[in-house]
Amino acid sequence: MSDTAIQPATPSAAMIRTLGIVATVCGMLIVTAYQGTLEPVAANKKLALERAVFKVIPGASSVKEFVAGSGGIEPAGAVLPEGAVKFYAAYDQAGALQGIAAEGAAKGYADTVRVLYAYDPAKQVITGFGLVSMRETPSIGDKIITDAAFLKNFAALDVTLAADMKSLAHAIKVVKHGSKQNAWEIDAIAGATVTSKAVGKGINDSAQKLLPLLAPHLDMLQGGK
Amino acid sequence: MTETLSQIFIGTLLANNFVLAMFLGLCPFLGVSARLNTALPMGAATTFVMLVASLCAFGLNWLVSEFELEFLRLISYIVIIASAVQLVEMVLKKYSPALFRALGIYLPLITTNCAVLGVALFQTAREYSFTQALTFATAAGLGFTLALLLMAGLRERLRLATVPNVVQGTALSLMLAGLLSLAFMGFAGLGAGE
Amino acid sequence: MAASSLIPGQKQLSNVEELLEGIWKQNPVFVMVLGMCPVLAVSVSAVNALSMGLATTFVLVASTFLVSLMRNIIPKEVRIATYILIIATFVTVVDYLIQAISLAVYDALGAFIQLIVVNCIILGRAEAHASKNPPLKSVLNALGMGAGFTIGLFALGSVREILGAGKLFGIALFGPEFQPWVVMVLPPGGFFVLGAWLLLFNWLDSRKAKPAAMQAAEVRT
Repeated sequence: MSDTAIQPATPSAAMIRTLGIVATVCGMLIVTAYQGTLEPVAANKKLALERAVFKVIPGASSVKEFVAGSGGIEPAGAVLPEGAVKFYAAYDQAGALQGIAAEGAAKGYADTVRVLYAYDPAKQVITGFGLVSMRETPSIGDKIITDAAFLKNFAALDVTLAADMKSLAHAIKVVKHGSKQNAWEIDAIAGATVTSKAVGKGINDSAQKLLPLLAPHLDMLQGGK
Repeated sequence: MTETLSQIFIGTLLANNFVLAMFLGLCPFLGVSARLNTALPMGAATTFVMLVASLCAFGLNWLVSEFELEFLRLISYIVIIASAVQLVEMVLKKYSPALFRALGIYLPLITTNCAVLGVALFQTAREYSFTQALTFATAAGLGFTLALLLMAGLRERLRLATVPNVVQGTALSLMLAGLLSLAFMGFAGLGAGE
Repeated sequence: MAASSLIPGQKQLSNVEELLEGIWKQNPVFVMVLGMCPVLAVSVSAVNALSMGLATTFVLVASTFLVSLMRNIIPKEVRIATYILIIATFVTVVDYLIQAISLAVYDALGAFIQLIVVNCIILGRAEAHASKNPPLKSVLNALGMGAGFTIGLFALGSVREILGAGKLFGIALFGPEFQPWVVMVLPPGGFFVLGAWLLLFNWLDSRKAKPAAMQAAEVRT
């Protein structure tokens, strides 16, 4: 520390000059990286989304993003309008609507469990779900994607709308393992109740919001629009 | 996805403790936790910086999103944190020089404490509201302090015990931390559910 | 040995020695115990560990290069601020690069990519080495440190993956009867495995020191 006594303090001009040069160089580096990777990143994201949707809606060959708001359905833009819900419409080769996919999320054991579920508007059932992300306990919580009995719950999960079309007739409920009675209930995995409940809650919360907004305008999605 | 404030608080303080479950803030955790009387002020200083960082990150994130300058987010966060630490240093030096000297080199090192930047980054990623973010930062700081105090208490005791030479030092601290982390895993699931 | 940047008492290392220093003698993970946060969090599998190591090495090399290039025009009062600015820039760059290369790796590493900016190794190298040495030496040293860091990460990640999931690089090593030690891929496992590695290193060091100490004792008597 003794050289502070010998060397004079750097003049402010020199400090500002250096910081200016550094800021310019850094700025250029960041902007170049950002612009350069913008396209590949968007392509990657699109690919990942398609892969996820195709997994839950077999037979689909293209995906379109929409938002459902109080005013109707419109193609998804950069910003999500207030109160609107994003969803994906999957079409087959001929352009016919194969199914709808949307994201649901709820807190599980460790962190948020995010799933992508598939909805069949004609039969008003959920036909399956795929995992988007989770940090549950390995070999316990991650059974939600491997346990065949659990996955069967989602083959035809009843999400019929109530008569007033404002909510689901019966909310999706996760019940104790082995006590499933109705088509809108999910049998939890024994020993992984919290994670199972998170999946059910995530899907329920999303469906309660999305399906009523979707129902009046379903015909807009048919025929590959 | 809505988390209640109490879920965020308990979850971050215990179940997802910043040090023992998320591995943030390890450098000071292994470095400063040798004595109880430096552990508490260190934890308090870090908690304060976390709160300031959380507030500023909330504002900065809004600014960055408004002007679509997402790529500047990281730089602006780290600059704010460095400035906050500088501020704390100056305040401590003026009002409590003894504490300032006791903390020594570890005070400016709060800038490179992953936990502080972690608070800012996680609250942005989870899109917390203002009150949620503040609760999160407070719980994170308290959780960090808790881990630090527990570790300091254990290490002070261990100094009186006979420990084989090969295990001494950081290896022992890590084993201790592992046991603490295992214990804290018992809190998992707290706050989850209906 | 009349280099003006020489600190009295510090021996000048050859280029090769610079490269190797970070790998063994001053290994950031096992010897200096720096940059622990990403080490423990990310080392749940060998692939994640390697990716993190490479990302950190990239930031380390690029930052030390730039700092070393500008070392004569960075005034000492603002040096830490400048270093942080440079490091944050390269972390942002690597963040976008990883997103462009593989979204899967990006999701796995999560927030810890951005946390590279507060990795004590990088700031420490910039302050202790890059600010006082020409670019070539700084880059070699940084490469060595990065390699040492990656090796440390890989050592941790592979052990945790093998014991905790029975796999390495996603390939199952044992038959289906293998009961994985799940604790290894959970936080406590990280602490235990790292502690075990450090124990091993300490033991190896003490074995090397024992014959030297005995020799010294003999000389004295």
